[in-house]
Amino acid sequence: MARVILLRFVSSVVLFILVPTVTFFVQTLTPGEVARSVLGIGATQEQIDAFNHRLGLDSPPLERYFDWLRHFSQGDLGNSYITGQPVSEILGSRIGVSMSLVIGALLVYSAVGIVIGVGSSVGGRVWGRVVDLVSTIGIAIPNFWLAVILISAFAVSLGVLPAIGYVPLSESPSGWLVSLILPVVALAFGGITSVAKQARDRMIATLDSPHTGVLRANGVSEASLVFKHALRNSAGPVITVLGLNFVGALSGSVVIENIFVLPGLGSQAITSTANRDLPVIQGIAVYFTVIVVVVNIIIDVIVPLLNPKVRRSS
Amino acid sequence: MSSPVVADAQAKERFRTARAFARNPLGVAGLAFVLITSGCVVLAAQLAPYDPKAQDYSTVLSGPISAHPLGTDQLGRDILSRLLFGGRLTLLGVFEAVAVAFLIGVVLGLIAGFAGGQVDNLISRTADIVMAIPAIVILLMIYAITSNNPHYGMLALGLLSVPGICRVTRTATLAAKSETFIDVTRVIGMGRARIIFGHVLPNIWGPIIVNTSILAALTLGIQGGLNYLNLGVTPPDPSWGGMVSEAQQSLQLQPWLIVPSGLTLALTIMAFILIADAMRDATAAAGARSERPARRRKAAQPAGPVSERTAGPAVTAPGPVDGAASALLAVRSLSVAFGGQRVVQDVNLTVDTGETLGIVGESGCGKTVTASAILGSLGRTARVSGDVSFLGQNLLGVGRKARAQVRGKGIAYVSQDPMVALDPCFSVGSHLGEVVGRHDGLRAGARRARVSELLTMVGLPNPDDVAKKFPHELSGGMAQRVLIALALAGRPKLLIADEITTALDVTIQAEILDLLRSLRDETGMAMILITHDLGVVADICDRAAVMYAGQVVETAAAATVFLAPAHPYTQALIAANPIVAERGRPLASIPGSVPPPAQWPASCHFADRCLRVEPVCRSGPVAMSQAAGPGQTARCVLLNAGAEAFPVGLERPAKEGP
Repeated sequence: MARVILLRFVSSVVLFILVPTVTFFVQTLTPGEVARSVLGIGATQEQIDAFNHRLGLDSPPLERYFDWLRHFSQGDLGNSYITGQPVSEILGSRIGVSMSLVIGALLVYSAVGIVIGVGSSVGGRVWGRVVDLVSTIGIAIPNFWLAVILISAFAVSLGVLPAIGYVPLSESPSGWLVSLILPVVALAFGGITSVAKQARDRMIATLDSPHTGVLRANGVSEASLVFKHALRNSAGPVITVLGLNFVGALSGSVVIENIFVLPGLGSQAITSTANRDLPVIQGIAVYFTVIVVVVNIIIDVIVPLLNPKVRRSS
Repeated sequence: MSSPVVADAQAKERFRTARAFARNPLGVAGLAFVLITSGCVVLAAQLAPYDPKAQDYSTVLSGPISAHPLGTDQLGRDILSRLLFGGRLTLLGVFEAVAVAFLIGVVLGLIAGFAGGQVDNLISRTADIVMAIPAIVILLMIYAITSNNPHYGMLALGLLSVPGICRVTRTATLAAKSETFIDVTRVIGMGRARIIFGHVLPNIWGPIIVNTSILAALTLGIQGGLNYLNLGVTPPDPSWGGMVSEAQQSLQLQPWLIVPSGLTLALTIMAFILIADAMRDATAAAGARSERPARRRKAAQPAGPVSERTAGPAVTAPGPVDGAASALLAVRSLSVAFGGQRVVQDVNLTVDTGETLGIVGESGCGKTVTASAILGSLGRTARVSGDVSFLGQNLLGVGRKARAQVRGKGIAYVSQDPMVALDPCFSVGSHLGEVVGRHDGLRAGARRARVSELLTMVGLPNPDDVAKKFPHELSGGMAQRVLIALALAGRPKLLIADEITTALDVTIQAEILDLLRSLRDETGMAMILITHDLGVVADICDRAAVMYAGQVVETAAAATVFLAPAHPYTQALIAANPIVAERGRPLASIPGSVPPPAQWPASCHFADRCLRVEPVCRSGPVAMSQAAGPGQTARCVLLNAGAEAFPVGLERPAKEGP
């Protein structure tokens, strides 16, 4: 157990250094491009040189890298090329929006996925086919297309929900909730499938196992067999899938935030990509990595704790 | 130099998977869809009615019309043409990403799987780290610095997808490596490369193709999202994802526009998923078929056509049942069928209060199915007929609730293989506490006391320590005792124990039997012991029922079964028991094996293996009839004809196997 966490910690540190390093060297490959795209096609060579000098882009890449690494180790992610604002300041105001969206989606696909999975596991063969079918459709419908369909149905045709925009929680809790409904549903939909499938498979495996037969024959109720024993036995694999989906939803949030015009990390990522504002993109890479690392560590701690074998041996 | 046997086995395996795939209509439809779509996209220049960028302001947002079967967009461009041309960059991108992931992933996976050790460690750890990289940000970066180049982004996506394919290949390689035919090639002395490419690779295609197909589906989704954001493909160049974005701009004027591009994308993704599903099933089916002939255990599996009609009334009528009216449990004319195949036929049994009945027979005789029918634990696919009366109530006729009432309190159950019979997630105390709570309604301290009492009853010292243990911390003997305690919790009137000593070593077996005997004497409960071990019957049972091929062939007092067995099968079983063997002479055995249900004749099931078989044995169904001993019945036509001809038990009907 301790070893698992230590290993995960080491690989997290590697990941934590690796992602920004990769993005850093990728961006240093094309220094002239950045100035040109920021200053526009009409910029003179002097202007470009001045720009590069001001941002230190004219010094040797390795020197810049260590310089950057020094700042990074102190928590300084640099400043935006475009606005000059500190990256952490730009992103700090946006991470709440992204987390509302991604955690909202997590709640939706966990709840719906587990209910469908557990329900279908006790519902017999017909339900199994239904889940398989819905699962395939769930994977097949791309989230951005679903988002457009949802906007078309609930915002344009019915007019019951806002098509785009975000209301901060501090401004209006109900407005916040309403503004998140469609984005959360669009983002959660693809995750429901794998959660439901995993929950169903694990539930059926447990309900078919010899220990279920023994407990049933000796008087344990069906409700307990399903909701206590089978659910408990399924928890580890299901939580692992929830974690994988969380990482997937993080990627998906970039597209969804743009569709629904939510001021989160994802829409900033696209804006900054269009502007070639590399420090901001790099900052977002760091934030995303932190989130992924934290989620993985949480799962690495929770899942073994659910298994008595691992728990007892530590 | 390649061994013909090995090559042959592989070729068969491969074609078997392909054939199994071809039998799956959804998989074939998915493959056909992908191939046809790819073909149309490649021939876009020939098939498309218009230039994909040609604008025509006279027909804007037309919806499907004859000139534009899929309509036009806000600039009057033909949707069908844009869809065909847009598929080029879309599918090419998917191909690029998947090809990169596939080539690198398979090579690294093979290396990791084959080399093992440090190399494997390095590759696997690196794969773990790459898997955790948030791909989307890297992709955005790459689009930013490559001026939205469609190819670099997809190649990068391919690189980031390498770990998935690598992992699958490694796992499959490890599995393939351990298989016999690889050992054979190694013994023959083939080079490593030849083993990998000639023998391992062909055998691990299944899971690799499954995951590559899933990767293609995922890549389509991710790429669609990027294209939707105008990344990778710059308008006015068409792409499927980009067309959804264009459609969104005229959502209010022409909602139809979101259908063609989005649906094409969704159908293509679904096609890849269907291919993956079918391939997975095909691989599993091929694997299962090649293993099946080697070890098939359960006769309960549905197999083959129904070979036999229900026998005449003489047989289905309840056989002579002693004291059935007063019996604790009376099973009458019990039959069980799976998928039209009867695996248990016309079983009649009675167990009196406090009595111990042994059900004996070889594997595949229907002992466990009979017990499951009594317990009501057969699956939905089983068809059960007859009558199982417990305390005068027919359990086959009652509803779920009444049945649940009987479980644990009326009839309890101890299963074979104790190591898998407890829920690994819960402690011993939690198991017992749950049933105690259910049966006695006890809580907290009283519940703990009763759990301790139960554990003490089954001879476990330090019951409070045992209660804290989890199943994986128990030995086989301890686990079996815990199971018995679990069964005793409801103070059952009847305990059904299925091969409870089989998984234990000999000294523990004796202890468990001693425990059962003393518990029976203490509690006065009746027991049914299902066993293939005549020693168990001799040791503890009052009466025995011998089963053969789905039927009870003899019932008698335990002593009578040993001293004066009436049925030739019983006689053969006893002769084959090591306990009665004479030193220095080969142990007798019954030639042949129990036939599968599909091959059971309507007449005597044992005739083909019986040394006394006569023409009359094959003339028709045989009913149970009274034999010489008190309460002894047997299912043999020769019973009364030649009862004297084969007197008491220890004659050796079979010398040895053929």
